[in-house]
Amino acid sequence: MTELSIKINGENITADVEPRLSLADFIRDHRRLTGTHLGCEHGVCGACTVLMNGEPVRSCITFAAVADGTEITTIEGFDDDEPMAQLRQAFHENHALQCGYCTPGMLVAARDIVTRLPDADEDRVRLELAGNLCRCTGYVGIVNAILSVLERRRA
Amino acid sequence: MKPAKFEHKRMTSLDDVVKVLGEADGETRVLGGGQSLGPMMNLRLAQPDVVLDLSRVEGLADIEEAGDVLKIGARVTHARIEDVEVPGTTGAYMQFVASGISYRSVRNRGTIGGSVAHSDPAADWPSALLALGGDVIAAGPNGVRTISLDGFTMGPFTTGLGYDEVLTGFELPVLGADARWGYYKVNRKPGEFADAIGAVTIGSAPRAVCGATESAPFRVPEIEEKLAAGAQEISVADVRTVLEGHDAGFDDYELQIHAVALSRAVKRAFA
Repeated sequence: MTELSIKINGENITADVEPRLSLADFIRDHRRLTGTHLGCEHGVCGACTVLMNGEPVRSCITFAAVADGTEITTIEGFDDDEPMAQLRQAFHENHALQCGYCTPGMLVAARDIVTRLPDADEDRVRLELAGNLCRCTGYVGIVNAILSVLERRRA
Repeated sequence: MKPAKFEHKRMTSLDDVVKVLGEADGETRVLGGGQSLGPMMNLRLAQPDVVLDLSRVEGLADIEEAGDVLKIGARVTHARIEDVEVPGTTGAYMQFVASGISYRSVRNRGTIGGSVAHSDPAADWPSALLALGGDVIAAGPNGVRTISLDGFTMGPFTTGLGYDEVLTGFELPVLGADARWGYYKVNRKPGEFADAIGAVTIGSAPRAVCGATESAPFRVPEIEEKLAAGAQEISVADVRTVLEGHDAGFDDYELQIHAVALSRAVKRAFA
């Protein structure tokens, strides 16, 4: 077992975990924060994307023990976050989800796009989204939602 | 998709890492960002007994220009290189390569040293750095040594590192302002592992690399000579003829996409 001290959505947590436990499984099974979804579990689909120290990472291929000392924000931790509030509304208006499985990771990736790349155009948004798979929407609604938030934030 | 059991050891210094590697009983792997080893462990392709976590080892994430050498720490992430923290023409080349590696959320964790030490034939850095030239820095029981990038990558998951050595960084050449570079990766979707890589840097001594092979990336002297003689375009057919003379084990399709990659890398260098 390995000791772990971590901050998730503002809460300081210490735990003793198995080394092979992924950060995603720690978040879901140990903290019951089931908004973080697991798709491929090898870093391809993006469903498990969370913020680590403010930057998006794949929680399925990051061991919990390695995340020791970091600050994690999961989809449950964005209640008071302005860009995320804008994205939630835009996803709703643009029908940017159907089944919702990819949505938590999609929103975290989208937040990274609108905050890191304020001048992104459609091609860039689509390129950045290459790491998040959605099998329902065909991406049109998602891309439109992100573009609308980018435009709103530029105004 | 859960890894086999292993022991996780948090390292606090390079001396610790070298000591533990030397005394290891069973398979021991050094974990940098974990973006290649992590998936391989989830798929149980890799089942190390012990994982040495470098997260708390300091001094491995610096970028420093020292005269005609660029020192890059092993734990510098692809994202930092994408965000142009490496200066000059070498930095511009590396920025282009880094921005095409996987996805941003992987680039935030994945490291240049981890990529080269892991040595997946389809990864970008083993090919990209071979086209740049320079040295790998490794720490071992007898101190620090440099290993030329030429020949460092020997094959899939096999490098010139000793079992008790750890890759700590790179010393890379500073390309002049007038140097040219081109990098082309064949893959079906942005961010995927490459099916073929072509990489060229054209400074005082041009270097051309055929990468993402079944084994190690290799330099192509015939192409380098053409570039040194001033060639600004080399057709796919010409590259293909040259590659046919190399014993790379390509089938017809692989030969073609590797020829396309290298030809387009040259084209990009002069675009």
